[in-house]
Amino acid sequence: MANLETLKVTTKGDREIVMTRDFNAPRRLVFDAFTKPELVKQWLLGPPGWSMPVCEIDLKVGGAYRYVWRRDSDGSEMGMGGVYREIVLQERIVSTEVFDKPWYPGEAVGTLVLAERGGKTTVTQTVLYQSREARDGILKSGMESGVAASYDRLAQLLASPGTAGMEKGVGKS
Amino acid sequence: MTSSDRLDATFHALADPTRRAILARLATGEASVMELAEPFAMTQPAISKHLKVLERAGLVSRGRDAQRRPRRLEAKPFSEASEWLEKYRRIWAGNFQRLDALLDQLKVNESKAKEKKRGPSKRYVKGDHRWRILKR
Repeated sequence: MANLETLKVTTKGDREIVMTRDFNAPRRLVFDAFTKPELVKQWLLGPPGWSMPVCEIDLKVGGAYRYVWRRDSDGSEMGMGGVYREIVLQERIVSTEVFDKPWYPGEAVGTLVLAERGGKTTVTQTVLYQSREARDGILKSGMESGVAASYDRLAQLLASPGTAGMEKGVGKS
Repeated sequence: MTSSDRLDATFHALADPTRRAILARLATGEASVMELAEPFAMTQPAISKHLKVLERAGLVSRGRDAQRRPRRLEAKPFSEASEWLEKYRRIWAGNFQRLDALLDQLKVNESKAKEKKRGPSKRYVKGDHRWRILKR
């Protein structure tokens, strides 16, 4: 079955990245897929060529989780982990996240929210970084003030031969 | 300029709708300042100011024709900027596509488990179907 759901990546305020995506499955299955290690290992793999040899989840408030990814070509590894701060089954998880070799300062806080409607589940993942610099470091300052969305539109324009919509986009601003 | 400075310049240049429209126009081929000013209801100096920002970001360069001094699009900064932006999105898009497949599988497993419980009725339906075919 074709899944044509789109992933939306936006920013909120100065320090957050928000991702939204619909899944064609009830909430309890999506929650399982996010919290049962044997399921998480099947999809949370990152870029092509990486696997997830370690996925440990102690799903309780104060419990820890640990993920390790490995690039199969050269065996290099990347790990991260954190602690669960808030858990509402099938609905909401708040957890800290720190990478073993952090490329941004401080600890981030991730919030996962699942909302079901008509058998479909909307997943909203928010990551709150400690500073604006950390957040923008993640995105290389690209996402702020909707530039990412602008870039998407521009990419579409550039991709379409003749760029027929150009004058429309200009307006008299 | 470091790679991150260049990205800052690129994203700053892309943040303005007129500049994006200029780039979209240049994507169809090089154009002089006058040609660029035409559709924008803007003066040439105003367009020149935007072009300067785009040139500084390395998005636009000047052609050889000394008379027209046509501007043209430079592709390299685009690919750098899009790489950074797309990396994050692409990784997650890939993850989520795998999750789609996994969820489909979980749904199938679930309905199979349910059918197993209902076992006998399924066999009956099958037999009924065959019986009807034989009769026709």
